[in-house]
Amino acid sequence: MSTAASAATAQLVLTRPRSLSTAVTHYCPGCGHGIVHRLVGETIDELGLQERTVAVWPVGCAVFGYNYFEFDGCEAAHGRAPAVATGIKRVHPELFVFTYQGDGDLGAIGTAEIIHAAARGENITVIFVNNAVYGMTGGQMAPTTLAGQRTTSTPGGRDPGRAGYPIRVSEMLATLEAPRYITRVSVHSPAAIRKAGAAIRRAFKCQVAGLGFSLVEVLSPCPTNWGVSPREAQRWLEERMVPYFPLGDIKMVAEVGKL
Amino acid sequence: MATRADTVATVGSRVLMEGNEAFGEGAIRAGCDAYFGYPITPQTELLEFMSRRMPALGRTFVQAESEIAAINMVLGAAATGARAMTSSSSPGISLKQEGISYLAGDELPAVIVNVMRGGPGLGNVAPAQGDYFQATKGGGHGVYHPIVLAPASVQEAMDLTALAFDLADRYRTPVIVLADGVIGQTVEPVVIKEYERPRDLPEKDWALGLSAGRKRRIIESIGLEPEKLEPRNLRLVQKYQTIKEREVRWTGTHLDDAEIAVIAFGTPARVSLSAVRAARVDGVRAGLFRPITLFPFPEREVADLARRVKGVLVVELNQGQMLEDVERIVAGRVPVRFLGRLGGFVVSPDEVLAALKQLWEEAR
Repeated sequence: MSTAASAATAQLVLTRPRSLSTAVTHYCPGCGHGIVHRLVGETIDELGLQERTVAVWPVGCAVFGYNYFEFDGCEAAHGRAPAVATGIKRVHPELFVFTYQGDGDLGAIGTAEIIHAAARGENITVIFVNNAVYGMTGGQMAPTTLAGQRTTSTPGGRDPGRAGYPIRVSEMLATLEAPRYITRVSVHSPAAIRKAGAAIRRAFKCQVAGLGFSLVEVLSPCPTNWGVSPREAQRWLEERMVPYFPLGDIKMVAEVGKL
Repeated sequence: MATRADTVATVGSRVLMEGNEAFGEGAIRAGCDAYFGYPITPQTELLEFMSRRMPALGRTFVQAESEIAAINMVLGAAATGARAMTSSSSPGISLKQEGISYLAGDELPAVIVNVMRGGPGLGNVAPAQGDYFQATKGGGHGVYHPIVLAPASVQEAMDLTALAFDLADRYRTPVIVLADGVIGQTVEPVVIKEYERPRDLPEKDWALGLSAGRKRRIIESIGLEPEKLEPRNLRLVQKYQTIKEREVRWTGTHLDDAEIAVIAFGTPARVSLSAVRAARVDGVRAGLFRPITLFPFPEREVADLARRVKGVLVVELNQGQMLEDVERIVAGRVPVRFLGRLGGFVVSPDEVLAALKQLWEEAR
């Protein structure tokens, strides 16, 4: 059989990160969470953090995130993940603590918690997945829903006159003194994904170095609730979301730049 | 910034202390690792006390941005196996209910001090007991009860807070220390006692942290499938049943030959004791029954009492909340009367005495 021969000469180029579990995710086709999970898992492996990681999970589509990783996890009430992470990290600074939150969780119900965790400069990392919609409840308007965007609670499109404008949470947080690294990336293309991985690596290193609060906002497609195909969702993200939520570093102190 | 209590540490000494500081002293002596709070009258001195003492001991203190954040910080610390505590007063405790429900659902130990003030709404900052229902019946959403301890002195504020940590760890459940504003702000002598951690507390083999050589641990309370959630709910119900069987605490005065009895907790119990003594001088055979645990409520003991006396007077700083439990337990065997003051008024010994004498006449 040729299999044996090819196995002998094959070079392993990609494997499942040890930090990722073998569970099949519940995410929809074309959803960005799977990609972000993989980037997180790869980075935790690379930095050797698996055995000291405690992740704090949100309410929203990533509510079962803990099933997909091989490290400790704590579920938080809707929006409260930064407070829960504060409790964990303050008592155990030796642990590596990150929250994984969506735009509804972080940008609406949990606004107070994220602002004050950032303001205190908690030495945690926040992975903020922004898909401009409440996914788990079926596609309602989120704090990041674009003007004119149709959702199940803005059937005529988001009207800024009545529903306000989408919030650029990362820019708001960047006005605070304490945060060390705040950046916005995307997972709509291979090139964007590579940059997202680099940002996550830098944010995690920021915490490991004890520098303080870091946040990576990841623009992420939600074909199901945007009502488009996965391919169209990538395009929609690039053409609609990126102009309003520009990619790139929003705040980075010099020490983080050296990481 | 030093206060009376800050300079006190010797076991066996008798010192003056404010109730709010005594909660903190009891917590610190019981090995409280982390305190998270938010200012609200009439418990702010506890936050201030912890802000001085906890960092000095190398322990965690955070002033949170809200009561909601504080209780969720407690949840995070508790998830790592730490002894964690927060405190507040009525409106702030309402905000904490979400977190308390999650603590119950996650089966995490935690201590919550509620120094009750007048409500509903913003109410006022004067003493009240209007949160009895909220504390003892669950308070937040879902199927659960916190354990509820009711101190009636500054000494008990200290001792019961220490006990609260042990109960929380033993049963993996939130414990509320439910005091009225008088207890929080009274200064009186206390005896500093040695804290001894019970040797039979279960190991925290569920705590999150360094995970080398073991499987991942997850703290969560989700059960989308009824097949998963119902057994969890039933396990909690079973736990509360065990707590009811093992953890009832109460105390009584002059009950041996009492023909009528006052049932009261917290400050009204102390006021009532004065009234009971005055009544006895006047030949009224009255006694005082004081529940120390409000959940579990001393149901069997109150039922026994109702078989021995001819009438019961419930005294509270609310409209009659514990009264509903007493009426349910007494079940019409003897008359149950009620005396309550509202809005921040505290019942006076004379008011209780008058009510006792009226009940005495009625009962005879």
